[in-house]
Amino acid sequence: MLLSIRSLSKEFPGTKALQGVDFDLAAGEVHALLGENGAGKSTLIKCLTGAYRRDAGEILLDGAPIDPASTAEAQALGIGTVYQEVNLLPNLTVAQNLTFGREPRRFGMVDRKAQSAKARELLAQYGIDIDVERDLGAYSVAIRQIVAIARAVEISGKVLILDEPTASLDAAEVKMLFSIVRKLREQGLGIIFVSHFLDQVFELSDRLTVLRNGRKIVTERTRDIDRLRLISYMLGRELEETAREQRTASNSKDQKPMLRFEQLGCKGVIEPFNLEVGKGEVIGLAGLLGSGRTETAELIFGVRSASTGAAQDDTGRISHGNPREAIAAGFGFTPEDRKVDGIVAELSVRENIILALQARRGWAAPLSRAEQERLAEHYIRLLDIRTSSADKPVGELSGGNQQKVVLARWLAMNPRFLILDEPTRGIDVGAHAEILRLIHEITREGMAVLLISSELDELVAACDRVIVVRDRRHVAQLSGDRITSEAIVHAIAQPGAASHTEAA
Amino acid sequence: MGQTFRRITPQLVTLALVVLLVTVFFPNFFAIGFDGTRFVGPVVDVLKRSAPVALLGVGMTLVIATRGIDLSVGTVMAISGAVAAWAITSGYGLAGAVGLAIGAGLLAGLWNGCLVAIVGIQPIVATLILMTSGRGIAQLITEGRILTFSDPNLAFAGSGSVLGIPFPTILWIATAVVVALLMRRTALGMLIEATGINRAASALAGVNATVLLIAVYMASGFCASLAGIVATADIRGADANNAGLWLELDAILAVVIGGNSLLGGRFSIAGTMIGALIIQTINTGIMLSGFPSEYNLVIKAVLVLVILVLQSPNLAADWLFLKSLVKARRANVRSETP
Repeated sequence: MLLSIRSLSKEFPGTKALQGVDFDLAAGEVHALLGENGAGKSTLIKCLTGAYRRDAGEILLDGAPIDPASTAEAQALGIGTVYQEVNLLPNLTVAQNLTFGREPRRFGMVDRKAQSAKARELLAQYGIDIDVERDLGAYSVAIRQIVAIARAVEISGKVLILDEPTASLDAAEVKMLFSIVRKLREQGLGIIFVSHFLDQVFELSDRLTVLRNGRKIVTERTRDIDRLRLISYMLGRELEETAREQRTASNSKDQKPMLRFEQLGCKGVIEPFNLEVGKGEVIGLAGLLGSGRTETAELIFGVRSASTGAAQDDTGRISHGNPREAIAAGFGFTPEDRKVDGIVAELSVRENIILALQARRGWAAPLSRAEQERLAEHYIRLLDIRTSSADKPVGELSGGNQQKVVLARWLAMNPRFLILDEPTRGIDVGAHAEILRLIHEITREGMAVLLISSELDELVAACDRVIVVRDRRHVAQLSGDRITSEAIVHAIAQPGAASHTEAA
Repeated sequence: MGQTFRRITPQLVTLALVVLLVTVFFPNFFAIGFDGTRFVGPVVDVLKRSAPVALLGVGMTLVIATRGIDLSVGTVMAISGAVAAWAITSGYGLAGAVGLAIGAGLLAGLWNGCLVAIVGIQPIVATLILMTSGRGIAQLITEGRILTFSDPNLAFAGSGSVLGIPFPTILWIATAVVVALLMRRTALGMLIEATGINRAASALAGVNATVLLIAVYMASGFCASLAGIVATADIRGADANNAGLWLELDAILAVVIGGNSLLGGRFSIAGTMIGALIIQTINTGIMLSGFPSEYNLVIKAVLVLVILVLQSPNLAADWLFLKSLVKARRANVRSETP
């Protein structure tokens, strides 16, 4: 074994983060590390990379015990890490980043020519040909990710840890990244792959290890395990009923649409589209990143102003030119990037939950403290938000719980039309299933939902109708039994057929 | 109430220490007398002279809570003072003079607020514009002279007293209490904090961030105009060049010493008020303790530095770390000697 971890333990005040965890990594394998948030994945990785010191257990690299005290030491030993938020310097050039700390020198000065040549040569191994003299920040996240990998492999070269590397990449970029990872595997590196995306785990990994509550649950060859069993390992319970057959209950809709958007569009952003929303309906919006999914939501919620079109309900025309008007019209919107546009990190869970309601009432009509606490307690219980107290700053919660807080903010408003933009991105499997269950429940009471998602399974499981967006226009609509992963992929992938499948 | 008290405990301790330090050099600091019409003594003097910085601090706290800053308040003081002096000498009467001066402050705040919230200029740059140009405006109003007046009613705002307590003291305490109650008894405080922490998220949740920002800068202009009236009334004249000069910096300092973050978010007006008292106690204390006046600014700087270092969150982390080391060592010693 290239890397062996034996009965590793790590304790923090109040929690046992890792208890006697064993983990093996062979040279030339991709080993996925899975678990819900708080299962101990990051602690394990931090013990490996020297960010934390372990309390007990041993780590063997090439059979020799190691005890890295810092990330620099771990790198020198051969263990390199690439994080989701790339830890490079965006204001230096690609070449400077690649050779940082080990710049080629000539007469004591940095030899820029040699530096660039070296960088180009390094990147050529990954089939990347870019201008290495430009600032790293000028390139896409995918390129930055690859530069980070190139640097980590160059410095370390035995073990490569990829921590959620694909969270902000689109499908094509993921493909590129995976081909590079496979190449590195052939070169004999041991690769630890941490991801929430189970599809990617099945596609890329040779073996997988599941952690739960700080203990190792299982290590198996990926091809010997199926998705359902994997999820039940991760959650510690059977999950069949949440993962499938959710759509059965939500068929009998009244025929008259609750809301109608006609020829809504904005030049250069998205072409005019029509959208009818029925009571209690779940409408999915599928498409690649940048296809116009989020833009559709932003137009409806008034984040961007529409240049054409109008919205109507039973009572006539409604205005939704900015978020305040949209909220007054009974809309709600949980944005894609909950850290940037969703939560107010330093305010408490309670204040975050009541924020929209309070804003709607106006500053002069404050909710009483008792009322606020009642609302907060209600939604903390209803959505199973894991927090030690309603007065804890929301920024200290895990991603899934933050998402639930933003959801609670809108549920407290009781909107008639709720737009959820990637509600399950970057959150663990358990919270994922719960959010899908929630969508199911709220729509039963008549709320309509527009669900934007990159995960086809999710759309198939939750939606009554799926609209496919490509190249900034709504190109197809699937409903009922026609909603399958294959059909959605087909509609997304079909160039030139746009005009034919329109408004199917 | 308990929560507020816990929040401002470090500031209260700091104030106590500064007072203690002053009494070491000037033992009569707490001596209070009554001269027939009013209380006199160093403490009364501190409470009176903190009025301008405390008033500016009320508005500045709100502006800083929205992740902004208002550099123009010192200048707005000069403008409002000039307007008040001009109005009273032109025969508009007390109400007219005060009303016009406050109106000028609100107008200045509206200008700043629009530049920040609508045009989208960085607050430090937006308010710098009025900070520099405003003194010119004040000079235009006073026509370049020191505009003196003798109206006793307006002068009362600077040197009068009610029940023996100086009017400026009553004004700043009342302003602070009213604004603090307005913030905490309505939802304004929370909405301002939400806007300061994350304007985008707040706007998406339906908070009217634009209006809120403008209102906050207008509140700052309002507070600055009150400070300007007090300063002008105190010397019975409007000095466009020197009224409120550099006071914006003292106001920011009061906010910071009060434990409010310059990055916006959670704020405490009570904290800022104690910050203003700390600054004025240092000022008065240095004068009373008889150091040569050329030392004043240096001593003040050293004291402020010490206070800020002691309040630094980095230092708190270091302190906890040291404490844990000592604890661990003790535990080791104990386990080795059973």
